[in-house]
Amino acid sequence: MSVLPADRFRGLPQQRLFSLVPLAAIILLMPLMFSSAYYYRVAALVFIFAIAALGLNLLMGFAGQVSLGHAGFMGIGAYSVAIGPAHLGISPLPSFVLGVMISTLVAFVVGRPILRLKGHYLAVATLGFGVLLAVAFTNEASWTGGPDGMIVPHLALLGRPLRGPEPWYWISASTFLVGAAVALNLIASPTGRALRGIHDSEIAARMLGVDVAGKKLIIFVVAAVYASVAGSYLALLNSYITPDVSSFLRSIELVAMVVLGGMGSIPGSLVGSAVLVILPQALAFFHDYEHMMLGLIVMSVMIFLRRGILPSVTAAFAQRHK
Amino acid sequence: MSVLNAEHLSIAFGGLRAVDAVSFEVPSGIVFSIIGPNGAGKTTLFNIISGQCMPHDGYVRFCGEDVTGLAPDQLARRGLARTFQNLQIFPQMTAIENVMVGRHRHEATGIIADLLHLPVVREQNRRTREAAMEALGRVGIEAMAERPAGSLAYGNLKRLEIARALASEPTVLLLDEPAAGCNPVETAELENIIRGIVGTGVTVVLVEHDMRLVMNISHRIHVLANGRTLAEGTAAEVRTNPAVIDAYLGVNPSREAVSAAG
Repeated sequence: MSVLPADRFRGLPQQRLFSLVPLAAIILLMPLMFSSAYYYRVAALVFIFAIAALGLNLLMGFAGQVSLGHAGFMGIGAYSVAIGPAHLGISPLPSFVLGVMISTLVAFVVGRPILRLKGHYLAVATLGFGVLLAVAFTNEASWTGGPDGMIVPHLALLGRPLRGPEPWYWISASTFLVGAAVALNLIASPTGRALRGIHDSEIAARMLGVDVAGKKLIIFVVAAVYASVAGSYLALLNSYITPDVSSFLRSIELVAMVVLGGMGSIPGSLVGSAVLVILPQALAFFHDYEHMMLGLIVMSVMIFLRRGILPSVTAAFAQRHK
Repeated sequence: MSVLNAEHLSIAFGGLRAVDAVSFEVPSGIVFSIIGPNGAGKTTLFNIISGQCMPHDGYVRFCGEDVTGLAPDQLARRGLARTFQNLQIFPQMTAIENVMVGRHRHEATGIIADLLHLPVVREQNRRTREAAMEALGRVGIEAMAERPAGSLAYGNLKRLEIARALASEPTVLLLDEPAAGCNPVETAELENIIRGIVGTGVTVVLVEHDMRLVMNISHRIHVLANGRTLAEGTAAEVRTNPAVIDAYLGVNPSREAVSAAG
């Protein structure tokens, strides 16, 4: 049995200090380098996808359960802030809350039967769930505008509508910070320990009295809430939404962010999201080869930094300073 | 009073009757060993008792209650714990965290409190860690508490698994071949650990191939062969039982083998 990186879970207070304080500093200082609204937009996108990836990371990295349909919950969040105001006369903020509630409910109902499955079967079932939602968003044109998508009205906070990417940078970044704190709380709690036990040996966890199905369902619902919040933010930032938000490719992108950044690494979710959001922008220069280059980079990371970017780099750093 | 009863337990895989009408009764507070040649059905019997397999016939009583077919986590919450022949530790967690999972059935915090790290969770974590540390102490590896479990040596992993099971404060502890792969020194230490466990009033059910360990610490021994009960009794009774000697050494044992059986 090889030496495994259990140290990444050590002491909650340390982790909090080591990851949250520098993160807050980065969030505060980064805008100093932003020379245009475009930078705010890209940074906001990074944090929005990082929120969804963080939720998925709790499911994959800590509980060891895969979801290939997680963008489906982003879709629920996104379409809630679009459909609520357009068709139901609900203003954006309550629509956002409604989206979270619907995602919770859907995750509960869908998760119960799906999470009985394991490994490849679970992957295919969650994939099916994501595809199902994408098809629904595409076909229910009278509600969703079909493949052309629909306009999302601005969210108003304290009577002022939030226009442009800057407010969304601050909102998504601080939400990520809160999300990371909550994730750290969970990991160091009785539920978190049970989930990590399930990851390593389901049979042992069960024999210690852990209600395995119940714990998996809880974390699936938590992950769905993170994705729903991210989806709503994405729709509000873009003021526009298409079924692409919950496409299979988006789900795969989320999984790639988790794996690239580092499974079970909370700041890693941010790193993974940054790589997959910023790289395509940076590679736009090579427009024809953009996807090829992206694929190549992702493959290289997986081959050379198998544990994900952040855990691998931290480990190498720790080795050097021993 | 008996804490664990097996009544007429049977299970078949394909045509093979892995466990065939096995009955026994485990009185409280003793070491009860189940022995038998390879393939006798010992581990299958453990799997039935601990809820991993559903018997085709017969039932299991735990503290007088019919628990046949209950899921392992339900049995665990009633006070049944087990270790595994092929270790089932949590390698990515530290040693103490492994044992802290063992406290799960005594932990009482809700998901909302867990997500918000409310004071009640902090207090729970402190109590859980304390109890886990004590359990590590009982098997003598408290010095390794903060080490990643995946980096511990084999003998220590076996102790860790016992500590984790003990942390759940079981009424009955099932140990599946705890001495497998241990050297004589480690086996002797294991014997002391098991004596210590029984000393605190926990009933131990042991499946083991190391006959010296079994003969030394068992109050009662149940012998299986080909899925059936061959004999049951004290160490002295089992050792001299002709059927047991036959099962272990063949029908016409050589003189050498008989003397080895002692």
